Amino acid sequence: MPVRFFVPGPLRDFSGGLAQVELAGSPETLADALRALGALYPGVAKRVLDEQGEVRPHINLFVGGDCVRFGDGLATRLPDGCEIAILPAVSGG
Amino acid sequence: MDLPKAKPLPARDGDVLLLVGTMKGAFLLRSDRSRRGWDSSGPHFPGRSVYAMGYDGRSGRRRIWAAPASMHWGAELCASDDFGRNWSRPETPRIAFPESAGVALKNIWQIEPGRDDEPDRVFCGVEPSALFESRDGGETWSLNEGLWNHPHRARWMPGGGGLCLHTILTDPERRDRLTIATSTGGVYRTDDGGKTWQARNHGIQAYFLKEKDPEFGQCVHKVARHPSRPDTLFLQHHFGLYRSDDGGDTWREASKGVPSDFGFPMVVHPREPETVYVVPLKADQFRCPPEGKLRVYRTKNGARSWKPLARGLPQEDCYDTVLRDAMSADAEDPAGVYFGTRNGRLYGSRDEGESWSLVADDLPPVTCVRAVSVRRAAASRAKKRGRGRRAA
Repeated sequence: MPVRFFVPGPLRDFSGGLAQVELAGSPETLADALRALGALYPGVAKRVLDEQGEVRPHINLFVGGDCVRFGDGLATRLPDGCEIAILPAVSGG
Repeated sequence: MDLPKAKPLPARDGDVLLLVGTMKGAFLLRSDRSRRGWDSSGPHFPGRSVYAMGYDGRSGRRRIWAAPASMHWGAELCASDDFGRNWSRPETPRIAFPESAGVALKNIWQIEPGRDDEPDRVFCGVEPSALFESRDGGETWSLNEGLWNHPHRARWMPGGGGLCLHTILTDPERRDRLTIATSTGGVYRTDDGGKTWQARNHGIQAYFLKEKDPEFGQCVHKVARHPSRPDTLFLQHHFGLYRSDDGGDTWREASKGVPSDFGFPMVVHPREPETVYVVPLKADQFRCPPEGKLRVYRTKNGARSWKPLARGLPQEDCYDTVLRDAMSADAEDPAGVYFGTRNGRLYGSRDEGESWSLVADDLPPVTCVRAVSVRRAAASRAKKRGRGRRAA
């Protein structure tokens, strides 16, 4: 089963309008999956990760139902066919 | 969630444009030379803060630059060549620190076209404090390593807005000279095209530092100068107005006549090198107009004396604030002067500051204002090019 990213509205300018992106292959970790996403849609990955490769502070990445911020971060291992959601945190003013 | 796109605002030769950055997007305003009425467009980049905007009218361009920043998705540099109808927004943001720098871009604070005879050079000042430069009109950018590797940098400290490089002054007479200011850190100048930089803060007092005359660490809020007199600089410090007549080598205080020497913006008149505008605020602990009266102060004699300009501005119980880049002058005659406030008001004067009126109200907090005389910019470029050819 392919791994699938859910792309939030503000980033769909960079995903050809797609709300979901399926990755070919089976990335082992979240970092691998983001690399693969970046190869397809660099504009999405560049706005999820900063130029040092860190997840931007107000972005939450969920693998299945778990926010990786409270787990293994980019090293999170991906179950086969999992869904990865990119969600802006409830930050602002 | 598709955000609405703002309508474009095509400008014609002779129009005056106001580029207004706010905490929740950018707005464009246009008037003819009378500046009696304004059309507006916006918000562009709704929901994003825009701390820097710029206009590049060199080499036939009519390019508006804007630096929208999202708390979520980061900061980027966008350009429009059709007055806001389309904004170019590359997949890979134009400005990013190299991996070796070990930091990530937080915000873009300044967009400054280079000299007229180097029409493809553009500069950006960013947070954390650093200078980026493009030599291809803004498509690709590189970090100025000389400033980034300066030994002082580790001891620069962020001000209330962050550790930002907010002022970039090219020198019309010396190609290799560039002056920047960072808060805090102070004024730095290169005379070798950016390879090496020297602190230029001699004479600027900083009560928050122990030293009497510190080499660096000053909290410079803004530096301004007239292009015809590049060695005469005016500076708004955290406390204190200063003037330099030697390109920043030495500074002397020039605060006589203002009700407070604290404030942020500093703007030089488009034709009169000794005419300067500031907006005093009570103090760093209370960043509101003294006595609740919003007043612009203007000197016409190079900061020997200052005169309040209050007609049309609120003179009772005003608790508004004008940030460092939220004031600008157009190139018309008489000059138009404009400023935006944190309470979302945009004021304008079309008589050089003698009287003011609201240009726009109920905007988000205003972070930057840039006034552009569309035709005038083109005419002056052609004139300068002609002069340059004759001189050569």
